[in-house]
Amino acid sequence: MTLKTLTKPWEAMSYGFLDGSAKREMRRKMLKSVAVPGCQMPYASREVPMARGWGTGGLQVSLTLVNPETRVKVIDQGADDSVNAASIRRFIARVAGTPTTMDTLKADLIQSRHRIPEEVLSEDQILVLQVPNPEPLRPVQPNMSIARQMHADADYGRMWLQLYEQIVRSGRVMQGASYPSLVNGRHVMTPSPIPRWDVPKLHMAKHLTILSAGREKRIYAVPPFTRVEPLVFSDVPYKVEDHAKLTCHRSGATGFFMNEIPQDDGSSTHEVSDSEWGVKAIRVRDGEKVALGETWYKDGEMPQ
Amino acid sequence: MTAVLEIEGLTKAFTLHHLGNRIGAFSDITFSVDAGEFVLLKGANGAGKSTLLRTLYRSYLPQAGQVRFQSAHGEIDLARAAEVDIAHLRRTEIGFVTQFLTARPRVSAEAIVAEPLRLSGVAPERALEQAREALELFGVKPDLWQAYPTTFSGGEQQKVNLARALILPQKLLLLDEPTASLDAKARAALVTRLAELKSGGAAMIGVFHHPGDVEHLIDRIVDLTPDHFVEKDHTDVAV
Amino acid sequence: MTLTLDAPRIFQTKPLLSVDNVSKSYGAVHALRDVSAIAYPGEVLGIVGESGSGKSTLLRMMNLEEIPDKGRYTLDLPDVSGNLFDLDRFARRMLCATRIGIVYQNPHLGLLMKHSSSGNVAERLLVAGERSFATLRAKATTALEASEFPLERLDAPPIELSGGMQQRVQLAKAIALEPALLLLDEPTTGLDVSVQALVLDTLKRLQQDRQITMVIVSHDLGVIRTLADRVMVMRRGEVVEAGLADQIFQDPQHAYTQQLVHAKL
Repeated sequence: MTLKTLTKPWEAMSYGFLDGSAKREMRRKMLKSVAVPGCQMPYASREVPMARGWGTGGLQVSLTLVNPETRVKVIDQGADDSVNAASIRRFIARVAGTPTTMDTLKADLIQSRHRIPEEVLSEDQILVLQVPNPEPLRPVQPNMSIARQMHADADYGRMWLQLYEQIVRSGRVMQGASYPSLVNGRHVMTPSPIPRWDVPKLHMAKHLTILSAGREKRIYAVPPFTRVEPLVFSDVPYKVEDHAKLTCHRSGATGFFMNEIPQDDGSSTHEVSDSEWGVKAIRVRDGEKVALGETWYKDGEMPQ
Repeated sequence: MTAVLEIEGLTKAFTLHHLGNRIGAFSDITFSVDAGEFVLLKGANGAGKSTLLRTLYRSYLPQAGQVRFQSAHGEIDLARAAEVDIAHLRRTEIGFVTQFLTARPRVSAEAIVAEPLRLSGVAPERALEQAREALELFGVKPDLWQAYPTTFSGGEQQKVNLARALILPQKLLLLDEPTASLDAKARAALVTRLAELKSGGAAMIGVFHHPGDVEHLIDRIVDLTPDHFVEKDHTDVAV
Repeated sequence: MTLTLDAPRIFQTKPLLSVDNVSKSYGAVHALRDVSAIAYPGEVLGIVGESGSGKSTLLRMMNLEEIPDKGRYTLDLPDVSGNLFDLDRFARRMLCATRIGIVYQNPHLGLLMKHSSSGNVAERLLVAGERSFATLRAKATTALEASEFPLERLDAPPIELSGGMQQRVQLAKAIALEPALLLLDEPTTGLDVSVQALVLDTLKRLQQDRQITMVIVSHDLGVIRTLADRVMVMRRGEVVEAGLADQIFQDPQHAYTQQLVHAKL
């Protein structure tokens, strides 16, 4: 076997930007991560034309999963139209020829940062979450080799201790985003920087969630119908953000996760964080016929 | 009467490695003590009276001989008994009474006295009650019962110590000058208590500076002939 | 020579802890050579020796932090069997967390200095699976109280506490799960004499109230004399002499022990 036989002929472009061997590695690692829910799998994390930390991990997953028929939706902080989301969406469409959409219901693959859409995802949808720091143990164990042993031993006492300390110091759990959660009763994962509001959406969800950290080169997954339980004390219930009573000043929608918009007079108004859900609400209000999906939260409450 | 303790050919010498010396304390001692019998040890200073008591208690390790003790669990040679057995016997059957209290900070007098009872399984309340009776008997004033004996005068500490040492009826009592520096009232209380334990069947071996204190209790006197000697032992020269 | 202690036993007490013929070398250095030790239930075993005698290595082995080149270690406890040195990492961790407590000389080894004191104690309970905040808090408070820690400082981080208080937090953490075995590695070394006396007093109280089996390692004979029922003297990785505490102090047999005892008195 010579180097020549091993080297593929030069091509001007590879479908979906990544070359075949890169995508094969991604697929293998995704299968592994689905096989052991919540367990972080290392992967090579190739270069993509985007700076590390801007969603390269999610992008590599998306580029591997798409085919010319995959309808792609990309959101950043809940919005489809932010610069980063628009750029990633356009990039995927250009290198893979995929159709794009902003409608959660129509999307086959949703790449997201910071949010899970308010409409319930279905069995045939995949959610790709961009993760900056995949290691939930990092705040309690800076040594990553020891942290990996702790995962292997399910040694999560320190995680609970962190929550204990927050309650002792502040009277409540202060962990906002990236709330550590136990997947399938075995591995604690950080569910990327989604708000506490979104964590219950992962529990026994119908869709597949793949979480990928490009800079840290780690991939993990929550397969469909898998338990995702935020770490909580038995006598201190898990609380989501207090947004149930807030109303969107643009769409009038109530009972969803809101962005706070500070006003000149010191007060603040709110608008729905999931921008496409807000757009749909406005279109319904204006009399358009729009297909509204079922939402995870109903009247600001997540049904058990 | 059956012998509670049979001492046979008991020999004790100290090897002082840094001097290369072997100092004999006593050798080839043989006598026995019956239940309810009081044996007084006699001999000049340095005759090895206290040393013998400590050897019987196994604070000292003997070089030769046997110390057959009839324990509630059968006969055992105290000279060769395993440490764990000795520790057990010291809690339940063999008492050592000195004039010195082992200091125990922040434990009240009554708790110190009640402890042997508690360890032997007496209910805490009942143990405290008995402890107070014992303290009263030895003339410790009630306002001191809850105080810490570490702050007491030597005489008061000794009373607490005696109350503690004699609160449990034991098979064998080793008395190392328990009357030294006691006031008359406490001495009388001690003698009363010893007499009580004696009639209850306790065997006693005692060293007394003033044997007159316990004269009517004495059944027998063993005279340890002074044979204090220093001999060079070349096999034991310091390493 | 004194008599061999070979009289037939009359009490059938079994040792809680047995370490048999443990050896460990680091390259050419023999840290431990065929060392054996036992501790009976409710007993305090004191191990004395100067630095480098192997006493701390032996204690770390009893806490399964270190595994010897050869030797056996058993604890006579329900659900615990076999040579504990053969346990895998996971089983070792669970055993140490639930059955063995340890207090180190250096509180940095045993405590998270910036977490709250109560949290340090609670961690033990969390490892053992306690998941109720109220219970954690109550049990942590009880353990701290038992080690005579001032409760108004319950949530102060150890880094803000004095050395004596830090040792009390370590002690509370060690006893929180009511372990069968408490290991103490120079627990009072480096403390002021008066503080040292108070910590020793607390240990003594705990031992008497709970009848906990302890192994205490110290180079300080005073500490050993205050606490130990039986004493083991170590030098250069070997056991020089062992016996009842009063016997070791009043009638030491070995030249080295005599030197130690006389230097102290």
